[in-house]
This record gives sequence, C-alpha cells and structure tokens, in this order.
Amino acid sequence: MSAYVVAIIGSILILLGIMELLRRRQLSEKYAVLWLVVGVLLLILTIFPGLLGTVSVAAGIEVPSNLLFFTAIVFLIGVALHLSWELSRLEDETRKLAEDLAILRLDVEEQGKRLRSPKDSGH
Amino acid sequence: MSSEFLGRALIVVPAWNEEAAVGETVREILDSVPNADVLVVDDGSTDLTAEAAKAAGALVLELPFNLGVGGAMRAGFRYAVRHGYDAAVQVDADGQHNPAEVPDLLAKLHEADIVIGARFAEKGDYQVRGPRKWAMVVLSKVLSWVAKTRLTDTTSGFKATGKRALPLFAENYPVEYLGDTIESLVIAVRAGCTITQVPAHMRPRRAGTPSHSPWKSTVYLGRAGFALLLALIRRWDVSVRASTPRVPTPTATVERGAA
Repeated sequence: MSAYVVAIIGSILILLGIMELLRRRQLSEKYAVLWLVVGVLLLILTIFPGLLGTVSVAAGIEVPSNLLFFTAIVFLIGVALHLSWELSRLEDETRKLAEDLAILRLDVEEQGKRLRSPKDSGH
Repeated sequence: MSSEFLGRALIVVPAWNEEAAVGETVREILDSVPNADVLVVDDGSTDLTAEAAKAAGALVLELPFNLGVGGAMRAGFRYAVRHGYDAAVQVDADGQHNPAEVPDLLAKLHEADIVIGARFAEKGDYQVRGPRKWAMVVLSKVLSWVAKTRLTDTTSGFKATGKRALPLFAENYPVEYLGDTIESLVIAVRAGCTITQVPAHMRPRRAGTPSHSPWKSTVYLGRAGFALLLALIRRWDVSVRASTPRVPTPTATVERGAA
C-alpha cells in the first residue's frame, strides 16, 4: 500500500506547489483556476483510484489508464494552444510598444530641435 | 464639508470606447473641481475617445492596447506619483459617478488614506438583485472585517487615493479582473493604509448598456469569490514606502505639435 501513500503525498505536494506560486503572485488569476482544478482532480483520483475505473467503464473504455492518457493529451493540447495564442498576443503587444516608442523618440527629438533652434539662429 | 482639500488632486478617468460620454464627463469634472487636473486614460480605444477627451480639456494618456481598468488606473497612479500629485480620484467615463461629489471624497482624505464613494450608504437609489447582490454583500462584510471599519460598497470604482497610498498603488495596483476593487483594498490594508467611505449617488450611465443577465451575475459571483480568496491568501510584502521614481525636475508640459 506504500505506492498509494507516495502517490497521495505527491499529489498534495503538487497542489501545495500551485498554491505557493499563487500566493507569491507568480501565477495570474486565469492560469491559477486552471492549475488549481488540475491539482484537485489529481488529488481526488489518487485518493480514490477506483474512480478512474468506474468512469472509464461508463465511458466505454476498456483499459482505465487509457482514459487518463486520453484526457491528459487533450488537456495538454488545449494548454499548448492557449499558450500559443497568448504568445501571439504578447508578440503583437510588444511590437506595438516598440512602434510607439520609436514614434515617441522621434517626437521628442523633433520637439528638442524646435526648442533649441531659435537660440541657435539668434546667435 | 468641514474641511477642504488643499493639495494637488488628479482626477483619473479610465475610458475604453467612451467617445459618446467622456467629453461631457470631463467638462463636468472641470466644473465641479476647477483646481484639479483631469487625466483620461484611453485604454486602447478604437473610437475617438482620446480626441473627445482632449477637446474637453483633459490630459490624455493613450495606451497602445487595452490593459483593463486596473492597468489603466495603475498608469494613472504612476502619472500622479511621477508628477507629485497629493491625491488621485477615479471617476468613470460613462457618467455614473457624479463629479459634484469629488470634493466630498477629497475632503475625507484628512481622515483616511483611501475614501470610497459608496452607493448604498444612505444616499441614492442604486439597485442590484440576485447573485450580484449576494456577492456584493459578502464582499463588503469580509472587507469590512479586513479593514476594521464599516464598508458597505467595496466594488465601487469611485475612489479617492491619498498621498500615502499613491506610491503603493503606482507599484502594486492589481490588473486582474475585479482586482482593482477587491484586491486593491486588501493590499492597502496590508500596507497599513486606512480606508473609509462617504455616501455617493450613482447616476444612470450616459452611453452603453449595463450587463445584468442572471448568467453573467452568477459568473460574477464566482469570480468575485475567487478574487477575494486570492486576495486574502496572497502574500503582500508591501509597504507604503515602495515608490516609483519621480521625475527629478518637473518637466514643462509641451503642447502637442500643431500639425
């Protein structure tokens, strides 16, 4: 039965790790919900291993572990897709920042020239 | 009011696609609080919000993309700190907050670091029902307990921030959904700031439609609960001394090119 205990301790550690990241503000709200749900589901499945079997029978899957693999793959594809989307958005935003910065730099330089030029022409 | 606010106040108006309402709101603020500056933070609008605000006589910060109310307000707080203001007051662009009540909020800054214009305290006929109402009641109860003072409307955006809390918010103002109302109060309390409220009257918004469907209200309840939980368990090693560097010399405000 020691594997059972090790699994439970592992799940609790993962959940605690997620909580600690949250507490230190290293995870923003939208990701926090996602990983908290994963952590809690993981803990439930470790405490009640029979649950996986019951669900897979209901879903018509013969080998319970296949259900686990299937859900995990679908979930990870979802996460990867979401991260790609976020990354694209961030790229677009950095690009906009760089463009605005360049425009601002030009504006400031032009203003500086305009402020200096009357003095130069006067002497 | 018994005492008048004597410092320099900045009225921050976060605005996202509010071209229809923002001009009138700015004019009203300038009428009610003539010695304050109005800063409209254009939160990545795709309409003429920035132009309308400028035409009405406000300073305008144009964010290159949408950052949400929290992000827009943080930009406002940073501007206030960098330019040495003594207080910042958030007034929504849609005209729900009555600018005539801004002096009441500012006057109360003598007693606390943050003053909330509360919609349920004595004055006004602001009505909400269902899950949204329950969320607001629970939030008020919990935050009153956290702040050790009676607060009846903690989700109000109508807030005045005093000199002590400004640098704190310039650095730590939450940008997440609902963070600008719930979590900001928790941060302020953790940093040792005091909070109080004055009754405020909410007006119907000038443009746009309120979102009050039952489903949205339920989602709101869930997210508010989560935001509150998050705010309470999060670690905030903050102090009011945490500050944004100020510009060394007050730079002359250069008018926008005539082009």
